[in-house]
Amino acid sequence: MKFEDEPVPGYPLPILPGHTSPGRFERVLRAGAFAVTAELAPPDSADPEEVYKRARVFDGYVDAINATDGSGANCHMSSLAVCALLTRVGYAPVMQISCRDKNRIAIQGDILGGAAMGVCNVLCLTGDGVQAGDHPQAKPVFDLDSTSLLGIARGLREDHRFESGRKITFAPRVLLGAAENPNVSPVEHRAVRLAKKIAAGAQFVQTQYCYDIPLLRRFMTAVEDAGLLEQVFILIGVGPLRTAKAGEWMRTHVPGIHVPDSVIARMKGAQDQTREGLNLCIDLIQEVRTIKGVSGVHVMAYRQEESVAEVIDRSGILAGRVPWFPGRDTQTNEDRKPS
Amino acid sequence: MYTVRLWSVRHARGLARFYSGFEGLLDRLHPLFRRIGYQRLERPVAAVERHVKGLLFDCKMCGRCVLSSTGMSCPMNCPKQLRNGPCGGVRANGTCEVKPEMRCVWVEAWRGAERIPGGLNAIQQLQPPVDRRLEGTSAWLRVVREKHGGQA
Repeated sequence: MKFEDEPVPGYPLPILPGHTSPGRFERVLRAGAFAVTAELAPPDSADPEEVYKRARVFDGYVDAINATDGSGANCHMSSLAVCALLTRVGYAPVMQISCRDKNRIAIQGDILGGAAMGVCNVLCLTGDGVQAGDHPQAKPVFDLDSTSLLGIARGLREDHRFESGRKITFAPRVLLGAAENPNVSPVEHRAVRLAKKIAAGAQFVQTQYCYDIPLLRRFMTAVEDAGLLEQVFILIGVGPLRTAKAGEWMRTHVPGIHVPDSVIARMKGAQDQTREGLNLCIDLIQEVRTIKGVSGVHVMAYRQEESVAEVIDRSGILAGRVPWFPGRDTQTNEDRKPS
Repeated sequence: MYTVRLWSVRHARGLARFYSGFEGLLDRLHPLFRRIGYQRLERPVAAVERHVKGLLFDCKMCGRCVLSSTGMSCPMNCPKQLRNGPCGGVRANGTCEVKPEMRCVWVEAWRGAERIPGGLNAIQQLQPPVDRRLEGTSAWLRVVREKHGGQA
C-alpha cells in the first residue's frame, strides 16, 4: 500500500476525514487491509543503533512497531525514547504506556511529548506487577488503570484538556489502543471488559498471545454479540514458540499466557522444534485471519524477532502489499529479499 | 480479613440490600449531620467506617466507595488497584498474578455482581481515576453531602 500523499520520512501524513491521527497505521486499518504489527524489545543500552537494528529486521513486513514499556516489569530503554528514535526515520511506532511506573502527571506529559515527536499510536496498558521483573524492590505506582488512562488520553485529544481540566494548546493526535487477554479468568466477562475500554476510548486492540483458537473464537463471538466489532480494530497476538519446553515454561511461569496441551504436543512431536514453532505460528495466523472481526495480527516473537519476516511472508497475509519502511520507495520491488 | 472478604462477596445480595437501606438512613440524617457539622463528624465517622468496612471488605478507605458496582468486592485490594476490571494476568485458577495466594478481586467482583440485582449492569460503569486526596476520608459522609449539593 503506497499513499499518494506519502510524506518525507519523519513527517506526519495529512489526517484524512474520519481519522484521528496523522499516522500510517490508522490509514492501513481504516483502508481495511489486514494489518501486521510486531513487538520490538527495547535494548538494555543507550545506543540508538541498537534500536534501529531491532527495527530493521521487520522492514517491509509490518505496519507498526510496538515499543514495549518495561515489559515484564524489567528495566529497558524507555518506550518514549524508542518511539522518538523510530519516528525520526519514518517508522510508525505504537508507544506502549504502562500504569505501573508513572503517575498521571508523568503519563500525560509522555503522551504530549510522544505526539510532538511524531508518535501516532498509543497502547494503554496496566502493566505487569513489579514482582515479575528484575526490580521487585521497586515501588509500584498504579495511579491509573488502563481504562482510566484511555479516558484521560482521549480527553487530551478530544477535549484538549489534562485530567485536571487545564487546557492544552495543541492536542496529541493519537490513535488509542488497549490490550485484552481472551484466555484468562473471568473468560466469560472479557468481552464486557473490552466494551468498557472501548467506551473509555480504545480504537484498536492488541491481544495477548492466542494459541487456543476455539477459545479465541468464543471470545470474538462474544465481542460481536456485544456489538463491538464496528467500533474497534482487533489485532490478535501471535508468536512462534522456540521449543515445547519454552512453551511449557511460559504457561507455568508467565501469568496470562495460555498454551493448550495440543500445541505443546505438536511441538514435542517435531524433529526440529524451532521450525515447527514457526509453522505453528503461520497456521495460527492463517486461522486467525478467517475469524470475523479480526483486523490483523500482532506478532510477539521475543528473542526470535528475525523470524518475523519469514512468518509473515509464508503466511501470505500481506497479499503482495509491502508496508512502508525507510527506503522502500527508493528501491524497486526486486530488491526485496527473495521469499 | 481475607476470609470475611470472601464471605461478603458470597453474601453480596444481602449486603447490597442492607447497604442501600443504610444509605437511605444516612441520607435522612443529613439535616442532623449538617447541624453538627460534616467537618466535626469526619473523624469519628471515618473511624467507624474504617473498622466496619475494614472487617467486611478489607476496605482501604479510598474515600470513593464503589462496592455496589463491584459485587461488594473492594477493588483497592487488587495489588494494581484496578477499578475497571481485571488485568490480563489472572491465573488459570482465578488467583492473582501478584499474590498467588489471593483470589483475583475482579473474578470475585463478577461473582458478587451476579448475585446483586442490577449488579451486572453496575459493573460495566466506567470508574474515573481515584482522587488520591480522598484517601482516609469517609465515603459515607461524602455520598450524603454530595447528594445534597455539598462539596466532595
